[in-house]
Amino acid sequence: MRILFKTNYKQDLNLAKHGGHRFWYGLLILVLFAAPLILDGYYIGEATRILIYAMAGLGLMVLTGFTGQVSLGHAAFLAIGAYTNAWFLAQGFSSFVALPMAALLSMIGGLLVAIPAARMSGIYLAIATLAFAIIVEDVAGHLNTITGGNRGMMVDVPILFGYQIWESWELYLFVLSVLVAATLAVLNILRSPLGRAMIAVRDSEVSSQALGVNPMKIKVFAFTVSAAITGLAGAFLAHYMSFLTPQIFGILLSIQLLLMIVLGGLGTVHGVFFGAVLIGVLETGISIAKDIMPSSIGGLPGIEPFVFGAILISVIVFEPTGIYGRWIKIRSYMEFFPIYRRKSFKRQRAYLKTERLR
Amino acid sequence: MNEFLQLLIVGISQGCIYGLMALGFVMIYKATEMINFAQGDMMMLGSFVAWTLIMDLGMPFWLGVPATLIVMASFGALIDILIVRRVIGQPQFAVIILTLGLGIIFRAAAGMIWGQVPLTIDSPISGFSSFYGIVIGNERLVIIAVTAVLIAILWAYFRYSKWGIAMKAASQNQLAAYYSGIPVRVIISAVWAVAAAISALAGILLAPITLIEPMNGLLGIKAFAAAVIGGFGSMPGAILGGLIVGIIEPFAAAYVPTVKGSLIYIVMLIVLALRPQGLFAQIHKKKL
Repeated sequence: MRILFKTNYKQDLNLAKHGGHRFWYGLLILVLFAAPLILDGYYIGEATRILIYAMAGLGLMVLTGFTGQVSLGHAAFLAIGAYTNAWFLAQGFSSFVALPMAALLSMIGGLLVAIPAARMSGIYLAIATLAFAIIVEDVAGHLNTITGGNRGMMVDVPILFGYQIWESWELYLFVLSVLVAATLAVLNILRSPLGRAMIAVRDSEVSSQALGVNPMKIKVFAFTVSAAITGLAGAFLAHYMSFLTPQIFGILLSIQLLLMIVLGGLGTVHGVFFGAVLIGVLETGISIAKDIMPSSIGGLPGIEPFVFGAILISVIVFEPTGIYGRWIKIRSYMEFFPIYRRKSFKRQRAYLKTERLR
Repeated sequence: MNEFLQLLIVGISQGCIYGLMALGFVMIYKATEMINFAQGDMMMLGSFVAWTLIMDLGMPFWLGVPATLIVMASFGALIDILIVRRVIGQPQFAVIILTLGLGIIFRAAAGMIWGQVPLTIDSPISGFSSFYGIVIGNERLVIIAVTAVLIAILWAYFRYSKWGIAMKAASQNQLAAYYSGIPVRVIISAVWAVAAAISALAGILLAPITLIEPMNGLLGIKAFAAAVIGGFGSMPGAILGGLIVGIIEPFAAAYVPTVKGSLIYIVMLIVLALRPQGLFAQIHKKKL
């Protein structure tokens, strides 16, 4: 068990709390950047997919995990980012223009949703974002001149300083560097007054208002940041897929993103990465398991979504805090070895007392 | 004018289906403040169960329908007892994700059990009626009639029956209802049973006019839009919202086909922007 000496109030604001953090996260980043030296093309491709999921999840986590606004329509921002990036590249711009434009346009989309959505809460918000995603998918199918409609659209490779990124490990490094930057940006937002205000709005809107936070502004801010990061992820998703159709960005993708951050652990940045790795590994794992199983079980159509749904339900029922929550429990079990009590993580239940009067 | 009336009646009958499904949403929401995203998939399962009982096992239609309702009602109660009850008292997103997961499982299971090939049920009601120059399928008239009767029954049930009033009480304050001797757990399971039976009825009514396939479960999203337009938590609102959604659809398909897929959601967003609590607002104060 590590005991931290606090000699300065500013110490609470540090990103890395102690030398251990600095060492392990530094090592992790080094290993990730060195991965293309060890792994071959297929695994690098899979890793790229996981990183893109993580980026999209990071965007959703800002909104759902830290501000408490459940969005069922984040695939829409992925779509906006993907199509913007592809369109700008097709016009001959470099990635230095296309990527920021992808983030900017999806930010504008986020702003459009946020202004009515900031007045809603809970289910109304979830369904409004769901409707937004359906509308975006529909629009993408009809804007033939820009998106190629339902026939689809080829995506050019990213271009940096006139250099075309063809190799999968190059794309991997590109995604990884942007993801590290985005994660640092989110961590910095979280330790700023804005981030604290977001968490306050999540925990109690009325209390945060009493403390001088404007929940509307905070929600709109969270929406725009979230949309921008998810839009960037969408831009990279376009490169990963290299062919875009509106069907990719259906409701199932939104659900998958939500599933990811819940499995990982809602309200933590770690959770995003755990969730992304789990989802990425599950997808590959299920398809491998299908080959091993007898064909009477493995060959059934729809076995993948079935397993997916079953895992989702068991996590919600048995471990609502996700993988990261379980890790925290294991860690504190080991840290406080003989005196750990299960009750210290017991969740308070709230019984229904409705706000409705009828 | 005739075309207008024709579209209107088609829209109303379709709207009744959405209204019934929205009613299922609203009942569960009122009783437990949970949103059952699997409602559409329960409707889909209902029509598959009806197909199995009537077409596969050869039950007569009029026996198969109540049998389906009983099967689906027990299924709904079972879902509550085995799974949903465990997340009562947890944050709302947990419930949203849980029911989304249930929906995914139902859809996948239906695909595994009944296959992806669309099925049909031979309905005893067929043919067309024509009046004032419009021709309308009899099944659509039956849908409207059955919905009207069901609404009357439900209204009377919640107004006069002991169980209906207990359900209303449990939906307003679970703890207080429990203290007054209402078996809240049983009530909530009963609500799930009734909601599942209503959506199964919607599924049976829908079966003659569309094919039965696993993807029918996604109709639940439209019913959800209907419930939101009406103001979640209001039963007349659910029916009204269902009718609005149902009527918009055929008119959009006939006059503005480019937006036919998303017009109902645009309308829903407009309603939400103007009245964030829906047409029949239920929340009048905010608690800490």
